[in-house]
Amino acid sequence: MNWDSWPELVLIQSGKDSVEDEFELSTVCHRPEGLEQLQEQTKFTRKELQVLYRGFKNECPSGIVNEENFKQIYSQFFPQGDSSTYATFLFNAFDTNHDGSVSFEDFVAGLSVILRGTVDDRLNWAFNLYDLNKDGCITKEEMLDIMKSIYDMMGKYTYPALREEAPREHVENFFQKMDRNKDGVVTIEEFIESCQKDENIMRSMQLFDNVI
Amino acid sequence: MAAGLATWLPFARAAAVGWLPLAQQPLPPAPGVKTSRGDEVLVVNVSGRRFETWKNTLDRYPDTLLGSSEKEFFYDADSGEYFFDRDPDMFRHVLNFYRTGRLHCPRQECIQAFDEELAFYGLVPELVGDCCLEEYRDRKKENAERLAEDEEAEQAGDGPALPAGSSLRQRLWRAFENPHTSTAALVFYYVTGFFIAVSVIANVVETIPCRGAARRSSREQPCGERFPQAFFCMDTACVLIFTGEYLLRLFAAPSRCRFLRSVMSLIDVVAILPYYIGLLVPKNDDVSGAFVTLRVFRVFRIFKFSRHSQGLRILGYTLKSCASELGFLLFSLTMAIIIFATVMFYAEKGTNKTNFTSIPAAFWYTIVTMTTLGYGDMVPSTIAGKIFGSICSLSGVLVIALPVPVIVSNFSRIYHQNQRADKRRAQQKVRLARIRLAKSGTTNAFLQYKQNGGLEDSGSGEEQALCVRNRSAFEQQHHHLLHCLEKTTCHEFTDELTFSEALGAVSPGGRTSRSTSVSSQPMGHGSLLSSCCPRRAKRRAIRLANSTASVSRGSMQELDMLAGLRRSPAPQRQENHLNPGGGGSSELRSHHCTPA
Repeated sequence: MNWDSWPELVLIQSGKDSVEDEFELSTVCHRPEGLEQLQEQTKFTRKELQVLYRGFKNECPSGIVNEENFKQIYSQFFPQGDSSTYATFLFNAFDTNHDGSVSFEDFVAGLSVILRGTVDDRLNWAFNLYDLNKDGCITKEEMLDIMKSIYDMMGKYTYPALREEAPREHVENFFQKMDRNKDGVVTIEEFIESCQKDENIMRSMQLFDNVI
Repeated sequence: MAAGLATWLPFARAAAVGWLPLAQQPLPPAPGVKTSRGDEVLVVNVSGRRFETWKNTLDRYPDTLLGSSEKEFFYDADSGEYFFDRDPDMFRHVLNFYRTGRLHCPRQECIQAFDEELAFYGLVPELVGDCCLEEYRDRKKENAERLAEDEEAEQAGDGPALPAGSSLRQRLWRAFENPHTSTAALVFYYVTGFFIAVSVIANVVETIPCRGAARRSSREQPCGERFPQAFFCMDTACVLIFTGEYLLRLFAAPSRCRFLRSVMSLIDVVAILPYYIGLLVPKNDDVSGAFVTLRVFRVFRIFKFSRHSQGLRILGYTLKSCASELGFLLFSLTMAIIIFATVMFYAEKGTNKTNFTSIPAAFWYTIVTMTTLGYGDMVPSTIAGKIFGSICSLSGVLVIALPVPVIVSNFSRIYHQNQRADKRRAQQKVRLARIRLAKSGTTNAFLQYKQNGGLEDSGSGEEQALCVRNRSAFEQQHHHLLHCLEKTTCHEFTDELTFSEALGAVSPGGRTSRSTSVSSQPMGHGSLLSSCCPRRAKRRAIRLANSTASVSRGSMQELDMLAGLRRSPAPQRQENHLNPGGGGSSELRSHHCTPA
């Protein structure tokens, strides 16, 4: 398998003439960095990277995932509810350079943190997910958005039936647990500290060791 | 798309880390399934062509042959590959399905072969991708229709003989529907045809003016009035025949209500009713006008020819199936006629002595112009009228030309279908004859072997060795099997000659039976009808005995074909066809183990 050794963004665009408007092809073909570089940057082995890339390339031949695709893919796993909002948040968490598309490097980087990172790394990643505006602290509104999106994924048919105030209550619980100085926002230090004190969370972190 | 799900699932699971800090309850432990990350390449050898793919690719669809453990049955440990003895070209499409998640339908392959491959590999036809789905469905439907056609044609056509216990009604109906089954039916068919022709010609000739022998009257009379008795007699004869035929058909019809409602019976009724009405109605002047009108209906007798002519039936069927196109044609024509008639009327209103006296009067002009007839009895004289008249004729050509190709193509399709049905019937006959020959060959080989004493336990000497030598392994085992059957049922296989001699009688019938039992009692009619000519049977037996060697070689193929036939849809029909060849199964069913 040949790997290019430099990152390349090849944009093939035909002219914008009126005649050729019908034949406008703009294929963005993104090739990832070399295997060695990715091995250095992430904690995956060579074989794991190969398998990951093969699957990724099969699904997205153009080499990148945009938000629509992402939402569609994620929604296949949650057929009962509406996962589009949460998928958007996830997309933003993976799209570290905020260019509107997730390339293979972003994808692998995110997975590396989640699956092979330390507990602190993972908690950091989770915090990054919740912090929608990436300002370093989670407000109640941000948390409420996240919570609502998660509850949306459940769909309508749940037991016991979902109540309107369930997300809000959940947010209150969360803040009670996490917000040490009760200033209405959760900073990264408070978050990590509180999580480390919680046994359940620590134990559940081990869930993700064998995903890949 | 299952392929997509399998690839993205690890990612979705990893993304669940986002729920961890929010979870109010402890999350469940992960399943212990450890997917082997060491991805291995599998080699699939399909008839010599090697396909290699990742194991993961095949695992995407675990409910198919290649994705499940079923493929282990095909694993060849010596070569380390999975060997399938199937079509490699078709396999390409199957494998691409695993790779891309879309099953494409090959355009140049037979659709049934494709279906069989799908069935083998455990793929449901619904998986065919959207791009190819419509074509796949169309081709499958066409195939199914063709097969259904065959079945219908065979059932309706000269099929198996009716059971002897069929009633007069059934035999009569069959004779009517299928004139070729017996000579009487054929005669009846031609006689009715002749009388229809006679009747129609009489109707026509009736109106020709005959010059009388004596030139006394200058007025020429039509023949009908010159020779009223002759024509009346002819008419009576024809109507009698038609009435008789109609009543017979009514009697023989399996479902009288349906028969009464059918088109052909309606035509029959319309053909004969005017005569009876004319008889009943007294000849007075008031109703003679109506009486004359009734005579017009006699021309419908010509439609009775459609029983005799398949082409006419096809035409009628075409018109029926193109009803919507014809309706459209009529509707659009009507619209155009009304529009143009109105326009022409108002355009020509001012002219003196104009023919366009009213809009309905202008209808005639419009029709004549649109169909490009142009009689010229009505012509516009104003300039505006001429302009609109020319527009009218141009548009007429267009409007009529549009639905016509649809009707034509429909007719062509139906006509070709009919041709195909006929051809297939002929082919089927030939094929069945071959199968019969093959079956008889097999049985004769066995009987020959027995005659030569091959089955005797105490056999010895060169003779036995001689006849044993030429048998293949297949034959040996087959004969052993037949022998076992004989021992089980305490009956033996013989040929028809011995059987007919044993019975001491020759029963009429058109079918021959090859495998019979010597010690059996006279059987029911269904299974044993020996040939009607014992001399022929003797000759046939001798000829066949000489040719068993060559025929039995080919018999394996034919037996395969038999098996294939049995697999085809409508197995119950096949029994009928195979029975004449001496289906051993049907006879053995009627055997019972009598103490010999």
